Amino acid sequence: MAKLLNQCLDWIASWVGGSLPDDSLLGYVLAALIYVALLLGLVATSALIFIWLERKVSGRIQDRLGPTRVGGKFGWLQTLADGMKLLTKEDLVPGDADKMLFRLAPYISFCASLAAFIALPFAGRDFPFVAQHLNIAVFFVLAVMGLEVFGVILAGYASASKWSLFGAMREAAQVVSYEVPMGLCVVVPVMLAGSMDLVFLGDKQQGWFTNWYLFHDPFTFLVFWVYFTCGVASVNRAPFDLAEAESELVAGFHTEYSGLRWSFFFMAEYGSMLAVSILAAILFLGGWNGPIPIAGLLGLTWENGPVLGYLGNFLGMINVIAKGFLLVTVMIWVRWTLPRLRIDQVMTTCLKYCTPLAAVMFVGAALWHTTLPDRVFLGLLQAPEVNRRLTERLPDHSLDVQAIEQGTIAQGDAL
Amino acid sequence: MNWSSLLFLLCSGFAGVFAIAVVLSNNIVRMAFYLVLSLAATAGLFFLAGADFVGAMQLMIYVGGTLVLLVFGVMLTAQSQFVSMRTSSGELLTALMLGGALLFVLVFTAMNVPMWQPTNQPSVSEDTPVLTATPIGMALEGYRVDQLEQPNPSLRRGMSGYLFPFVIVSVHLLVVLVGAAYLARARRHHTESA
Amino acid sequence: MPILASLLTEPIGVAHYMVVGAVLFVCGVVCMATKRNALGILMGIELVLNGANVNLVALGSPYLRGESATLMLDGQLMAMFVIVLAAAEAAVALAIALNFYNNFGSIDVDRANQLKG
Repeated sequence: MAKLLNQCLDWIASWVGGSLPDDSLLGYVLAALIYVALLLGLVATSALIFIWLERKVSGRIQDRLGPTRVGGKFGWLQTLADGMKLLTKEDLVPGDADKMLFRLAPYISFCASLAAFIALPFAGRDFPFVAQHLNIAVFFVLAVMGLEVFGVILAGYASASKWSLFGAMREAAQVVSYEVPMGLCVVVPVMLAGSMDLVFLGDKQQGWFTNWYLFHDPFTFLVFWVYFTCGVASVNRAPFDLAEAESELVAGFHTEYSGLRWSFFFMAEYGSMLAVSILAAILFLGGWNGPIPIAGLLGLTWENGPVLGYLGNFLGMINVIAKGFLLVTVMIWVRWTLPRLRIDQVMTTCLKYCTPLAAVMFVGAALWHTTLPDRVFLGLLQAPEVNRRLTERLPDHSLDVQAIEQGTIAQGDAL
Repeated sequence: MNWSSLLFLLCSGFAGVFAIAVVLSNNIVRMAFYLVLSLAATAGLFFLAGADFVGAMQLMIYVGGTLVLLVFGVMLTAQSQFVSMRTSSGELLTALMLGGALLFVLVFTAMNVPMWQPTNQPSVSEDTPVLTATPIGMALEGYRVDQLEQPNPSLRRGMSGYLFPFVIVSVHLLVVLVGAAYLARARRHHTESA
Repeated sequence: MPILASLLTEPIGVAHYMVVGAVLFVCGVVCMATKRNALGILMGIELVLNGANVNLVALGSPYLRGESATLMLDGQLMAMFVIVLAAAEAAVALAIALNFYNNFGSIDVDRANQLKG
């Protein structure tokens, strides 16, 4: 992307007789700004949509209508009106608060939630739609999402309020605990694909929905639900929203917040919900490869030329975002259906159910994968040739594993 | 202008400035906060050096795990206001002088080793991600993909990997887990009996 | 600011990383020496370990290679082990600090003077 931009700028500069090298700083800065703008746009817009959705869904579940007036028929401008209201609120800082940390905490949360999107791809193949194509994308996303809790802890401490501190402590305990089963669940698709590269993971599931890792074997099917539970818990949504339990803690860690800073916490929460959902979509639900490969059926693939491939990638991007939105809707549905757990129940769910379940499923999936390699859809179907051919190559300066295993290089020499 | 140099300056600046802030701050929660920023900037340095896996690991284990634990500790051991925990300025001055001397020696040495001087190397390629996790994972299992072309055959055997340290570290972690749990339990037992 | 200007143009080498590592290391040492809060000392240890990590990663980096051969993957693996062991150390140290606080009502390390003979 940066090189492309530099070449474009060079072409423009050549009109006025200038020139620009390929690795000029300008292109990199421009590329970074474009990525940030796109991701910020996605997170902010989807937060607007989710808040509206939350109101609508909760209304329907409680036999109400939800917002109906603002912005026409469905009240779809309600969130914007809410945002305007929040902007006009007084920006309060409690007298005893640690003022610097109090002011900074919401932004830390939001930055962590936004940074997770850096490594999340929205389409794959020859030109992946991703801000930074990382080899360890899964790991990076998990690591960065774990940082969101830091903003919450700082907010809880800096508010100098007992409610806030209680909420923050609960959140810290909960998030640190739930990272364990979540990591175990994420490892299962990583093991099946043999890579932590999310672009690679998505491409490995191309074709019909039968190739999704959700249906790879019974173990992955269960792992997806464990992952989703842990994901809901790690973003502090009901029934795991102990950190902001309004019946016990007023509002938990954001009791003392108001106005814009408060809304940043909410943007962070909805941002992480979307990130967790998109990660689930790529890991288990085929990412940009839909239930029906519409792009493939229409001939919009990279084999038919770059322009058609690019259009296919756009379809894939819509696919990923739609899956992410669907999973977020499920989260909202769960929130308004289930009652809140107690803190000991939250910990029991994590340590006594999710972690052992994830560990057993991991072993099961590993055994299944070794006994039935190259089979998909509960082992009923043969994996398509194109998916089997996809394997990650080691760097050029080294020899690849297969050469060692096939004895091209003598084992004694290699080891 | 070199973009990797600029990013390096940014990350290293953050890391250094916030590390100094940790030393100079007196509020323990702020110290933890500065430490987070310093360690996160260090993770950025790791990414710049091409060690993606180590950088992500730093973010996950250090910033996400250890420091949350640390902040927990800070909150659980909140001190009463009358206990002054400040160091006398004389001691601080001595420490700073000694530290400055140590810093001078270290920087002087680092700058004067010819082997460590910058050379013109190809920078990080942008489009295709470098495989960073796979070689590390294989090294932990016993294959050293970067040492297979080792010219000295007797060295190949010695560089066969890190399987043994890996196992030792795993057992060590288990022991630590049990030990930490035991310490925490012993504390509760003590208060009950008292 | 001629040094800073030249830093922006010349490529980054292992030496630059070493300087950052030295700064982190010295900060950690000073922190360990001056803080009386047990958790402050723990933070100093983390900084020291990080300074060492920066050096290890720099020596193993494929992009900062000096004239002679580098540590290659060894640097990264060492850094990984350091991170893991630091996490373990923090867990135990924290448990000790909590115990200490419970017994003395403070985490001022100067109060831990009951073992002297």
